[in-house]
Amino acid sequence: MSISRRALLGTAAAAGLSSHARAQAPTIKFGVLTDMSGPYQNVAGPGATIAAQMAMAEFKAAGFNVEVVSADHQNKPDVGVGIVRQWFDRDGVDVILEVANSAVTLAVQGVAKEKNKVFLASGAASSDVTGAACNANTIHWVYDTFMLAKSTGGAMVKAGGDSWFFLTADYAFGHALERDVGNFVKDAGGKVMGAVRTPFPGTTDFSAFLLQAQASGAKVLGLANAGTDTINSIKQAREFGIKMRLAGLLVFLSDVHSLGLEICQGLALTESFYWDLNPATRAFSDRFIAKAPGKRPTMVQAGTYSSALHYLKIASAMGPAQAKLDGAATVARLKATPTDDECFGKGSIRIDGRKIHPSYLFEVKKPSESKGAWDYYKLIGTTPAEDAFRPLNAGNCPLVKA
Amino acid sequence: MFMIFGYSSALLFGQLLLGLINGAFYALLSLGLAIIFGMLNIVNFAHGALFMLGAFVAWALLEFLGIPYWWSLLIAPIVVGAFGIILEKIFIARLYKLDHLYGLLLTFGLALVIEGLARNQFGSSGMPFAIPPELQGGTDLGFMFMPNYRGWVVLASASVCLVVWLIIDKTSLGANLRAATENPALVQSFGINVPRMITLTYAAGVALAAFAGVLAAPIYSVNPGMGSSFIITVFAVVVIGGMGSIAGSILTGFGLGIVEGLTKVFYPQGSATVIFVVMVIVLLTRPAGLFGRGGH
Repeated sequence: MSISRRALLGTAAAAGLSSHARAQAPTIKFGVLTDMSGPYQNVAGPGATIAAQMAMAEFKAAGFNVEVVSADHQNKPDVGVGIVRQWFDRDGVDVILEVANSAVTLAVQGVAKEKNKVFLASGAASSDVTGAACNANTIHWVYDTFMLAKSTGGAMVKAGGDSWFFLTADYAFGHALERDVGNFVKDAGGKVMGAVRTPFPGTTDFSAFLLQAQASGAKVLGLANAGTDTINSIKQAREFGIKMRLAGLLVFLSDVHSLGLEICQGLALTESFYWDLNPATRAFSDRFIAKAPGKRPTMVQAGTYSSALHYLKIASAMGPAQAKLDGAATVARLKATPTDDECFGKGSIRIDGRKIHPSYLFEVKKPSESKGAWDYYKLIGTTPAEDAFRPLNAGNCPLVKA
Repeated sequence: MFMIFGYSSALLFGQLLLGLINGAFYALLSLGLAIIFGMLNIVNFAHGALFMLGAFVAWALLEFLGIPYWWSLLIAPIVVGAFGIILEKIFIARLYKLDHLYGLLLTFGLALVIEGLARNQFGSSGMPFAIPPELQGGTDLGFMFMPNYRGWVVLASASVCLVVWLIIDKTSLGANLRAATENPALVQSFGINVPRMITLTYAAGVALAAFAGVLAAPIYSVNPGMGSSFIITVFAVVVIGGMGSIAGSILTGFGLGIVEGLTKVFYPQGSATVIFVVMVIVLLTRPAGLFGRGGH
């Protein structure tokens, strides 16, 4: 098992600080475990740590101290678990935040349960986190694959995109995404005209597949892929003048930023937070950009802030010593208390750990519609909180049966 | 439009053309590899990383210095070629007397280091790089929409390949090069500086990779992993064409692009594998490759 040097340095430095603080008052310690150097660096990464620090600074805890440490899980479950164990066992971390990457999240979930600590997941996509893998120590904050599929598949049909063709990465993830979204499309009264399976990994040129999709005559091209595959397929669809409406099933604000509006215009995608959604999100985002120059927060970063803030409210109400004592009991209090913050508005947390709020279907603006940097989305559909996520009894979460 | 094997001719012609475009990249990259292998006896696994560097140099020139794409086509190969000279002088030159395997391991290690550093510096999500304004848009060919930029890629790649082949096969410089690979001691005795020639050959091979990288930048996202997704396929192309055969690598590059394009029509899932299937068949029947000189 390897542990990144950055993690060691970070925690060592933080451990040094905390020994002073602990002498005066109890300390609540957040560990932001994230991807600092890989594919989710822009979606989560350093910005997630900044978001957690904002929650810490703005809460103004009375009677206890708050600390934030962070580390890079390098998208490797073994690395992530190693860091988390060290945080729990040696460094006195109480709450794990963020963890972009579902594989690392599922592994960390087990450790949080074993050590009876708290895990507030923001970046993971897998709906298994609150499904078969759910536990009493974990809350899944921002989004999941079910939410994305339902909003993009269902709301898109209502917005006129009623015939679909899928560009699917040929492995389990792509197949699952194609199947789930396809079902929502059919449920909403649309039809699926076909799909083309692109070899994974190893496909860099999607133009051939895009032409086949175009030939199907479908109105919407669903991109059942992720990361560089999605970016390349969007870019090449633009290049080849594909007239279909593109629907990204796992695309984030930071991807749109890196591709640019010229290429992304017209792309439909789902998020549960957008910085320019309402006055409250704008207020949060203005404070964020002051801390992270040139960057608007993504929904994952907003979720890190929102979840840390909710925890601090509860810890303050329970008393920090009590909150630190029993992770599962603290999570039960978190679930029992309605959430309310600038990023996601009023919400609630279900027994299976699913945080509930509306999901939004956005369309990427044309360059001519954008008023400036980061003005990228227009809202084309909203799924209300109670319908946005998988029904409680459909996820096979053991906590629900109990 | 008429039908061929139950597929519309529009789809088939479209895929043939697209295959040719991808073949252009395969040809450029495998040409550089073939030159390096032919002259240096080094299997240059760093080729993909240097292709990626070419794209990044183009991106950096545009981003930081405002130098447009067209100049990058010239500058990026020179910069990366110079970097290649450093690599050759410091590392690779020490391995000429050893088995191929050492060169392969060294260049593979170099590729990992270069990619790792780039990933650390730029992250892995990639940088945007727009198609130059002169080549935006496209032409409707009736059976498909042909982006102007892709047409340019085929043209540029084919001409560079032709020029390189002419230099090596038809000029006295090329004759010296080929002689030096056969018998370096003899060529040296004619007063030709063989080590310098070898260094420059490596730089030229690497510059071709960088040129391909600049061509690829507007098509793919400029990201640290862009080379490694190409390099394995390109090695298969070189093996099929015959290690070290210049004309072979060019023809095989374009040819396999077309084979891959057709596979995308008939069995899309197999399109990433078909080149390797061809490689296996060629190795079993003609171990020296389609255009190889045989009996190494």
